[in-house]
Amino acid sequence: MNHEAKKIYPVYPCVPCGKDFDFMGSFQMKAHLSRRYLFSASHRLHSDAMSDEENHSTYGKCNNPYGHGHNYTVEVTVSGQVDRQTGMVCNLADLDAFIETQVLARFGHENLNTLREFAQEVPTTENLCIQIYEIVQRGFHFAHLERVRLEETMMNSFEYAGREA
Amino acid sequence: MVYLTRKAEFSASHFYHNPDFTPEENRRVFGKCNNPNGHGHNYTLEVTVKGEVDPRSGFVVDLKQLKEVMHREVLDAMDHRFLNKEVPEFLHQIPTTENIAIAIWQRLAAKLESARLHRVRVYETPDLFVDFYGEP
Ligand SMILES: [Zn+2]
Ligand SMILES: [Zn+2]
Repeated sequence: MNHEAKKIYPVYPCVPCGKDFDFMGSFQMKAHLSRRYLFSASHRLHSDAMSDEENHSTYGKCNNPYGHGHNYTVEVTVSGQVDRQTGMVCNLADLDAFIETQVLARFGHENLNTLREFAQEVPTTENLCIQIYEIVQRGFHFAHLERVRLEETMMNSFEYAGREA
Repeated sequence: MVYLTRKAEFSASHFYHNPDFTPEENRRVFGKCNNPNGHGHNYTLEVTVKGEVDPRSGFVVDLKQLKEVMHREVLDAMDHRFLNKEVPEFLHQIPTTENIAIAIWQRLAAKLESARLHRVRVYETPDLFVDFYGEP
């Protein structure tokens, strides 16, 4: 270890516990890491459980039978102890690779209504947000998933943090 | 309880390297960020403090004081610096966004009087940010 560094580095009291805190120590710190990704997809909001009039009055323009599209932004937040060896909650390369293959490749440039994920449910941004949360929750194990936030446009966004939250 | 957030920006360079790793491990774990000559970012800092509104001033915190502390403790130390070589914390800590957020929290928490620090958020780029709530 660098003793010069030790000399000039001030020791601060830790706010949560009041003890003196030294970065070289094995002090545990939990941080939240958020990463934003873009993908584009089309959808049509239409429920087979409703009449045509009901669909029209519920979904308005989004019920257009030809569909329409959005540039979605998905913001994934994971948390965990900052690894003292790497300074990271998890390696960003692992998170990026997972989201690329499991989320962006699955939904990007697709018509959501044609996907098996939406065979049984309407591809609203709420449902898409929950689906993405569940994909990450099931498959990504390098850090704890806190929440998924999905922006459909600059004006609308949805957040899901699991059944309990 | 009311929450108040103040933003600031700073630009700095850094690289990621752990002297306990072999050169191959360093390259594998840190990728392009391992280049010892460094690279830079425009960081955005968001500091959120919380407290009750003072009935006399109507303030949660004296914004002037918050701004001064942020300037003195964070911007003077980190803006236009090579983090690995000029900021004491990072002489022996890797200046990842996580560690930058923790270091900023430590610097501010020791200096903020009236209001309690709630969150330090550091954006490395618009699509990558870290939140630290002082949680162990
Ligand atoms: Zn739509
Ligand atoms: Zn960087």
